[in-house]
Amino acid sequence: MLKYLFAKNEDIPAGSAAVYWGFSAIVWFVIGTGLGSFNAAKLAFPDFVTGSEFFAFGHMRQVHVHAVIFGWISMAFGMAMMYITPALGNTRLWSEKLGVWNAFLWNVGLSLGLTLLWAGLTSGREYSDFIWPIDLFIAVFMALPLAINVWMTILTRRTQGIYTTNWFFAAATFMVIIVFLTGNLPEFFHLTGLTEAYLTWWFAHNVLGLWITPVAAAIAYYTIPKVTGNPLYSHRIGHLHFWSVVVFYSTPAAHHLMSAPLPEWLKSFASVEGVLILVPAIAFVSNILLTMQGKWNMFVENLEIRFTVTGVLLAIPLNMQGGFQQTRAINWYIHGTGWIVAHAHLALLGFSTFLEAAAVYLGLQSLMKRKLYSLTLGNMHFWLLLIGFSIYWISMTIAGLIQGAGKIYEVPYIDVVIAEHPYMIARWIGGTLVFISNIIWLYNMWMTARVGTIVPVGRMPHEMAYER
Amino acid sequence: MNFREYKIGARMFGFALGGSMCITLFLPSFDFRSAVSTETALDKQLTAGWETGWNVYDPLMLGHNKPLKVLVKTDPKSGQPLAEATYAYVYNVGTPLPNGIDHPDNLGESVEKLSETKGQIGQKTANGTVYLIKHEGNVPYIENATATMGWTPDMVMKGASDSDISHAGAGKTLFVREGCWWCHTLLPEQTQDWQVFGAPPMLGDFNGESPTAFGSDRKAPDLLHVGSRNSSREWMMLHFFNPRLVQPHSIMPRFDYLWGKVDANGQKIDYAKWRTEYDEYHAGKRIDPPDVPMYAKNSEIRDLIDFMLSLK
Ligand code: HEC
Ligand code: HEM
Repeated sequence: MLKYLFAKNEDIPAGSAAVYWGFSAIVWFVIGTGLGSFNAAKLAFPDFVTGSEFFAFGHMRQVHVHAVIFGWISMAFGMAMMYITPALGNTRLWSEKLGVWNAFLWNVGLSLGLTLLWAGLTSGREYSDFIWPIDLFIAVFMALPLAINVWMTILTRRTQGIYTTNWFFAAATFMVIIVFLTGNLPEFFHLTGLTEAYLTWWFAHNVLGLWITPVAAAIAYYTIPKVTGNPLYSHRIGHLHFWSVVVFYSTPAAHHLMSAPLPEWLKSFASVEGVLILVPAIAFVSNILLTMQGKWNMFVENLEIRFTVTGVLLAIPLNMQGGFQQTRAINWYIHGTGWIVAHAHLALLGFSTFLEAAAVYLGLQSLMKRKLYSLTLGNMHFWLLLIGFSIYWISMTIAGLIQGAGKIYEVPYIDVVIAEHPYMIARWIGGTLVFISNIIWLYNMWMTARVGTIVPVGRMPHEMAYER
Repeated sequence: MNFREYKIGARMFGFALGGSMCITLFLPSFDFRSAVSTETALDKQLTAGWETGWNVYDPLMLGHNKPLKVLVKTDPKSGQPLAEATYAYVYNVGTPLPNGIDHPDNLGESVEKLSETKGQIGQKTANGTVYLIKHEGNVPYIENATATMGWTPDMVMKGASDSDISHAGAGKTLFVREGCWWCHTLLPEQTQDWQVFGAPPMLGDFNGESPTAFGSDRKAPDLLHVGSRNSSREWMMLHFFNPRLVQPHSIMPRFDYLWGKVDANGQKIDYAKWRTEYDEYHAGKRIDPPDVPMYAKNSEIRDLIDFMLSLK
């Protein structure tokens, strides 16, 4: 792949960039969940590996979070954009070479940022933990080239209108740059105090709400109609989804700081807007599930559909939790507990990851023109991921409720720690299953690239039967 | 081919996102700007200095270039005992100044005015600066003691014994670097934490602090007032070396590596031996755990314990 960095744009086969992004994403997925599993082990058994700061929980936690968000999820997004945007515009990617460079710079920037975080060099601001030179690098050399490629591909399209997926791609690649530059203002210009605290959560909220959630949803808008052959149920509902994301999802940042001394009007406003996130959520879920009409057999038979629909179904509990847990009536109980960690993994490991995994499965098979090496391994990946995630989510939700009760009844803290111990072990087991499933996936995709059955010209991989 | 240009859509998009940013960024900025520093805020920013996250003055986050907080009992200039011992914040030459000194408008109106007129914080001093916190009525303000009384860093440091000097500013850097805030919060909640963890912070308690490191994920006691609950250096020392020495069920990591290479007497610390002996103790083969080495005066753990004890 690296040989294309210095090739002429015309000489690079279409799809190379997407394949590079896709495999990088899977590798980051393995690394990121491996680190997650290691962290979970440390919270269950604090003396698991000691004696070096490089294996201390406080040095490793943020490396896990950033490896999965900016490595796995964002690179899977990049892969999806590299092949879906041109496909929907009936054209080629604007610049295959820029795409390859972009993936290369993404890997370099992320490796550098994660190494620094690992050593403890951090801004001390959750989710914008990267130090500001890295933030600038991300905005300029990672996010901007991606935006340019997506935008130019859409502008040079050979269709009249723009399909739903591409509205989201275009808007999200633009918004993530704004979010990066604005959310890190405290670091660029040394803003302090409550301004710093608030902007930290403004960044965290919007990077999830204007980048991860809409792009993941946009991917489902492509995979489901593409693989089932059904047209999208309703473009109107798609409109509703898009506009309510921009209006409602971009405003509730303050609901992350309900117990901090922020202005009361801001907290109330955020809390109302947070409930309104149910609008895009319901629009999205209903639109996708209605598109499935008449093709529900594929939920069982087809791996990509199974991944996507599972992710969409997980969006239902996710948004119900999200809408209500941030109201004052509930937030005081679960704020800062494992409940939130469970919720974060429902969003990123449940909802989002399942959609991206489908896009990467579908994209790599179509671009490499090879059928998936083994359905059995694919099924193992799916079930281990789902079961591992469920164990994680259930155990952390229970741990969170225990912590919440301990908090309001003022139980001595150490008793809460003792009560959580079994759930910490369960979470570690669940997360380790996820990690193992990803190694299987990496192997399966690697074998697909090497020996997968060749898909004849003019056919789609999902039209062919699985052979193994 | 005839393209649809999405002119209306693009404008609506700008309007929607701009409106959202106006409500969530522009409007709150007025509230934030009107926050007036409390005494806590002044103390925090003078103790921690300019920045305790990554910054160019301390690129490896070792706690370098930080002010010292010194308990002054005698007038450093005249040598006369002071009526009441007071804390002085010592900024040697080159130590970057906190936000409130460089940008006094961040202190909040009344505090800014007093600090500039009575406190003379705008005065430049060549050989470093010593700051104090004073009051007029119930309004706290910062005083540049070098300008008003001629106290220089050298004089203050000469009169101070090591136990009067707090490295809490460097300690806050380590708090950020070591990720203590992934488990501990610095934000007792308004709804129910009063009794156990103490009073929640007030609106003006954060002016000039960066990063605030509230922590969002609480797996351990809140630390905002830990120094009032527990002010024992010995306990802290044992607890940081290995939390299981004092709290067998703790999930807190060991921070023994913050002791560095040598102990207070300059002896090399033999970590491997300590761990083997501790494992023997844990397995019931020894009655007592091995002794925790006394930390050196300039070790990182000293900075961190100073910071813990400063959280009153
Ligand atoms: C993995 C989570 C974790 C990390 C990281 C962590 N702690 Fe703790 N800490 C705990 C737990 C759990 C307790 C309560 C049990 C105990 O006393 O050990 C605790 C207790 C404490 C206490 C005593 C609190 C009291 O109420 O008496 C202090 C002080 C403390 N930690 C400081 C720190 C500092 C400073 C750091 C960073 C260098 C840190 N901790 C990192 C989990 C953690
Ligand atoms: C794609 C998959 C994953 C994503 C996107 C993801 C994302 C995240 C995020 C965003 C957080 C921060 C949560 C918060 O602050 O509330 C987090 C924390 C964490 N994750 Fe994951 N994660 C993934 C997989 C895993 C796996 C497989 C494990 C293995 C057990 C794991 C273990 C942890 C642990 C232990 C924490 C720290 C929680 C804490 O501090 O209490 N994660 N992860």
